[in-house]
Amino acid sequence: MYRETKILEVDRKVSPTGGDLEGALVINIGPQHPATHGVLHLVITLQGETIQKIEPHLGYIHRSIEKMCESLSYRQFIYVTSRMDYLSAHINNHGCAMCVEKGLQLEVPPRAQVIRVLMGELTRIASHELWWGAMAMDLGAFTPFFYAFRERETINDIMEETCGARLTMNYMVPGGVMYDIHPNFQQRVKDFIQLFNNKIDEYDDLVTGNIIFQNRTKGVGVLSAADAISYGCTGPVARGSGVACDIRKLYPYAAYDKVTFDEIIETAGDSYARYLVRIKELRQSVRIIEQLIDNIPEGDFQAKTKAVLKLPKGEFYSRVETARGEFGVYIVSEGSTTPYRIKFRSPGFSNLSALDHMSRGCKIGDLMAIMGTLDLVIPDIDR
Amino acid sequence: MTNEEIKQHIIAVQPNGVFDETGEWLQVYVEGGEWKPFAQWLRNDVLQMDFLFCLTCIDWSATATGKALFTMVYHFTSTVFRHTIVVKVKLDRNNPEIETVSDCWRTAEFHEREVFDLFGVKFLHHPDLRRLVLTDDFEGYPLRKDFEDPVNMIKL
Repeated sequence: MYRETKILEVDRKVSPTGGDLEGALVINIGPQHPATHGVLHLVITLQGETIQKIEPHLGYIHRSIEKMCESLSYRQFIYVTSRMDYLSAHINNHGCAMCVEKGLQLEVPPRAQVIRVLMGELTRIASHELWWGAMAMDLGAFTPFFYAFRERETINDIMEETCGARLTMNYMVPGGVMYDIHPNFQQRVKDFIQLFNNKIDEYDDLVTGNIIFQNRTKGVGVLSAADAISYGCTGPVARGSGVACDIRKLYPYAAYDKVTFDEIIETAGDSYARYLVRIKELRQSVRIIEQLIDNIPEGDFQAKTKAVLKLPKGEFYSRVETARGEFGVYIVSEGSTTPYRIKFRSPGFSNLSALDHMSRGCKIGDLMAIMGTLDLVIPDIDR
Repeated sequence: MTNEEIKQHIIAVQPNGVFDETGEWLQVYVEGGEWKPFAQWLRNDVLQMDFLFCLTCIDWSATATGKALFTMVYHFTSTVFRHTIVVKVKLDRNNPEIETVSDCWRTAEFHEREVFDLFGVKFLHHPDLRRLVLTDDFEGYPLRKDFEDPVNMIKL
C-alpha cells in the first residue's frame, strides 16, 4: 500500500496527461515476461482494467554499442551491429557497409548488390515468420509458432551454408559480401520459394481469417497517420496507419530499383492492419527473390579495397529498410581509421515510444495484441 | 523543393543561419536561443518538416582543437515534399542546455531522454527528463569522450 501511493505521487508530477489517477493500480510487466520477448520492462497504470499510462523502462540489455564502435575499425564495427536487431542482422550489416562505402565513394559490383538484396529479403521473411508465430502465441494460439519455425529453419539452413552462421551472419563487408554464394544456394532458395508460396495461404487459413484473432486485433491500438509520423514510426507500424515510408521505394538502394514490388499500405491503423501489412510483405519479398534468383550477374562479389579503411573527414548517413522499419547509420569521421562518433537510428526505439499513446484507453488484455504487432526486438531498442 | 529553395525560405526567418552544403543534405547551424521558434517554424510552416528521424549529439572535445563543444544534430524529412535537411545547434560542453522539441515532434521525447542519459545535455521544459537506459544513480555520461569506466570497460 505504501509503495502504491508513492509511485502515484511521482506519476502525477511527471504525467499531467495521465488523467485521474485516483484509485489506480500500478503493475509491472517484465523484464522477465514471456510476452515481452526480451528484457523489456513496462510499468502500467491501470484504472480497473483500462490502461491509463504505460511507461517503458529500458536498459536491461544496453551494451553501449555506439561507444564500443568508436574504438573499432570500419571493418570491425559492422559485426557488432548484427547483435542489435538480431532478426535483421543482414540488413543492419548492409546499412553499415553502405555508410562506409558512401564515405569511401566505393562502387559495389552488381553481383554483390543482388546477393545483398536476396539475403535481405530472405532475412525479412525469416523475421516476419518469427513475428507471426510469436504474435499468434501471445494471443493464445500455440500451433502457428511451430508452423512458422518449420519454414524459418529452412532459411536458417540456407544462411548457414553460405554465410557460416544462422543468426548473426556478418556477411556484408565494405565493398560487397565476404565470400561468394554457395553452389547450392540458388537451387535451395528456389526450392524454398516454391514450397513457401503455398505456406502463406496456410498462414492465412490458420490465423488471418480466424474470427477470434480478428476480434482481438481489429480496432485495437489505433494509431493515426499524423501520430505515426510524429512518433517517428517506420516500417509496418507506420504503413499500417497509411504512411508511405518504405525506404526501398523512397530511396532505392542496392538492386531495389531494378525489381518490381508493391509497397504495402493499410489505412485502418489498428493491430489487424499492422498484421496484414507484414503478411502481405511476405508475398512481396517472395516476388523480389523470384525476380533476382535466376538473374545474379556474373563478376566480382567484392570490390577491391585497401587493407586499412580510412574515411575522409565529414559526416555520412545511410538508411535501409529492415523488417522493423527504417534503420539509419550516422557516422562522423575525423579522418582516422575509427569512427569519431557513430549513431544508430533503430526503428524499434521510435516504434516503442508510440506504445503509450496507442494503448491508453485499451484494456490490459489488448496490450499483448498491440505489443505483438509492434514487433519489438529489445537489443535493437537498447543498443 | 530544391536545396536552394529551402535555403531561401530559411534565410527569410533565420538571417543569421550558417549553411553547409558539403554533406548529402543541406545543413543549417542555428543559435541555441533561436532554436525553439525555428523548430516550430520548421514543423508548421512552409517546409512541413514533420518527420524527425534522427536526433543525436556529438562531443567534439577529443578532436585536435579540443574545443569544449557539443553539437546537437537533428535530421528532418518532410513526408509531404520529401526533402531532407539537417539542423545543428552548438552547445557549451560545460553547461549544455537546449530547449526541448518534444512538443513539436513526439519522438523527440525519447530521443532527448537518451541524449540526456548518455551525454548529460539538459533539455529545458522537457515533460519527463530522466535517465532512460542507465540506472538513476549512475554517475557520469558514457558517450562523452572523457568518460572512463575501469570496471565495465567499453573502450577496447
